[in-house]
Amino acid sequence: MLDVQSISVNYDQRRALREVSFQLQPGEILGIIGPNGAGKTTLVRALSGVLSLAAGHITVEGRDLGRMSEMERAQQMAVVPQARNLPGAFTVWEMVLLGRTPHLGWLGSLSPRDEEIAHQAMLRTDTLELAERRIGELSGGEQQRVLMARALAQSAPILLMDEPTTHLDLQYQVALMDLTRSLVEREKLAVLVCLHDLNLVARYAHRVALLVGGVLQAIGTPAEVLTAERLSQVYHVPLQAIPVPGGPPVIVPE
Amino acid sequence: MKPNPARPYWITTLLLALGLVLSLAVGSVFLSPAMLWDALRSRLGGLDLGPEVRTAAAILLDLRLPRTLLVALTGAALSGSGAAYQGLFRNPLADPYLIGVASGAGLGAVAAMSLRWPYTTIGLLAIPMAAFGGAVLSVLIVYQLARVGKAIPSSNLILAGVAISSLATALTSFLMLSGEGEVRRALVWMLGGASMSGWGPVLGVLPYVGIGLTVLILTGHALNVLQVGDEQARQLGLPVERARRIILAAASLTTAAAVAFSGIIGFVGLIVPHIIRLIWGGDYRRLLPLAMIGGAALLLFADIVARVLLAPQEVPLGIITALLGAPFFLWVLRRSRQQNLW
Repeated sequence: MLDVQSISVNYDQRRALREVSFQLQPGEILGIIGPNGAGKTTLVRALSGVLSLAAGHITVEGRDLGRMSEMERAQQMAVVPQARNLPGAFTVWEMVLLGRTPHLGWLGSLSPRDEEIAHQAMLRTDTLELAERRIGELSGGEQQRVLMARALAQSAPILLMDEPTTHLDLQYQVALMDLTRSLVEREKLAVLVCLHDLNLVARYAHRVALLVGGVLQAIGTPAEVLTAERLSQVYHVPLQAIPVPGGPPVIVPE
Repeated sequence: MKPNPARPYWITTLLLALGLVLSLAVGSVFLSPAMLWDALRSRLGGLDLGPEVRTAAAILLDLRLPRTLLVALTGAALSGSGAAYQGLFRNPLADPYLIGVASGAGLGAVAAMSLRWPYTTIGLLAIPMAAFGGAVLSVLIVYQLARVGKAIPSSNLILAGVAISSLATALTSFLMLSGEGEVRRALVWMLGGASMSGWGPVLGVLPYVGIGLTVLILTGHALNVLQVGDEQARQLGLPVERARRIILAAASLTTAAAVAFSGIIGFVGLIVPHIIRLIWGGDYRRLLPLAMIGGAALLLFADIVARVLLAPQEVPLGIITALLGAPFFLWVLRRSRQQNLW
């Protein structure tokens, strides 16, 4: 569905991504890991059309992303960004409704169906009781869930998530990833998620891609990619994988 | 739970209606509502109701009505474009006056006037275009000067606005002084005041403000989406660059037309959108029309004060709004540093 063919991206006058290739299928969670500055956020920006490609192609269902309008692209792809600098005066309900933008005309007139879809998105992300609150009054974790609801309201088959769990309490980290996985299973969404937490990736991602210095160093199942040896090298700290019965090994510093 | 969505419109429209009636009634001669009605009837119906009504009709229809309409249009224009600039810059302090757009428009207008004073209809229509040029130029310069990466910090915006505003004002003064005669008239115009007489300016300002404000109302949704930042706005499917250009052009056109006919009147575009945002929230589809109605009302009240304060002499309107707006500005500045709730 999403086909990334050897893309390179320049950012801040340096090459932030170098010949990155991978594919993403419906019903799949691809976890992107890598140290800070490895290019994870740049990858999300390039996929969502915010940064232009210096080389390579991205296609969705065979269609070149570079030739789509903003609106067409947003119908295919929704982004869950990190919760920062959000407009404080908006209510949660207004913010979630912004997710319907690619399905609306210039005036932004909403149909009952748009409101129903937004309502469903809030129900799933446990944000319904926040509906009338203003964004500026919410905690970082609540804002992050609102952004997830907004992305779901976009009804796009591809979901790009940039460190969505960073501000969340543990219970909501697990809840958000459980929700993501159930959406992937039930609605065959294709999800690309950048994560800091290696154990969260190991637990939820079907495949993992390791970005280092803008280069895709490894891609494969968690068991293939998340080896203690490889990660120790990349993160410059000795790590060990502790086997856990019935699940992926837990990665901790030695 | 949900408040009646029509209520903000009722409240602001009521204020506007009050401002309109008072503006028609108050002045060197007080015209009671009954007299206003008689005057209107006599002129429109062609009735002769005696000399007193004839005089009242002349005052009403040749002096007060055009002035009232011009003030209302100017208020709507400045407040509506202020709200739009605030959304565009994502900054609550972006008032057409404070960010230098008004002064830039003033320079454009005076440059056109120094070529030929607006004695002709063509001249009346050309001056807003010159003001528009000045407005767009100054807003682009301020934007470039104030920008740090993708963000526009308040302090930068205001500093760049002050710098461009000073430069434009200096050039404007120079043009006015190097012109022949007319200096006093131009000065009064600059302060926002008595050049407003007769129907000419109303007819001159109407097409520009009408078009500009209509476009701005239509961009309410786009402004809402822009509030999440350019990057997210694009990810949500908004053609960001195109939307920005349209909003910038419409806001600058509206400001320019207001300045060209009413002079430089500050702070209306700061006060009104801010109050409305506080009471009824930040949804631009609602904020823009409410700011326009409220701006018209506020400027009408300010104009009434300007007329009666030192009667029979008039205080320039820009002085009244500055007396009102400067303390308000400081309050907003303080507040916007403390919290992210604008």
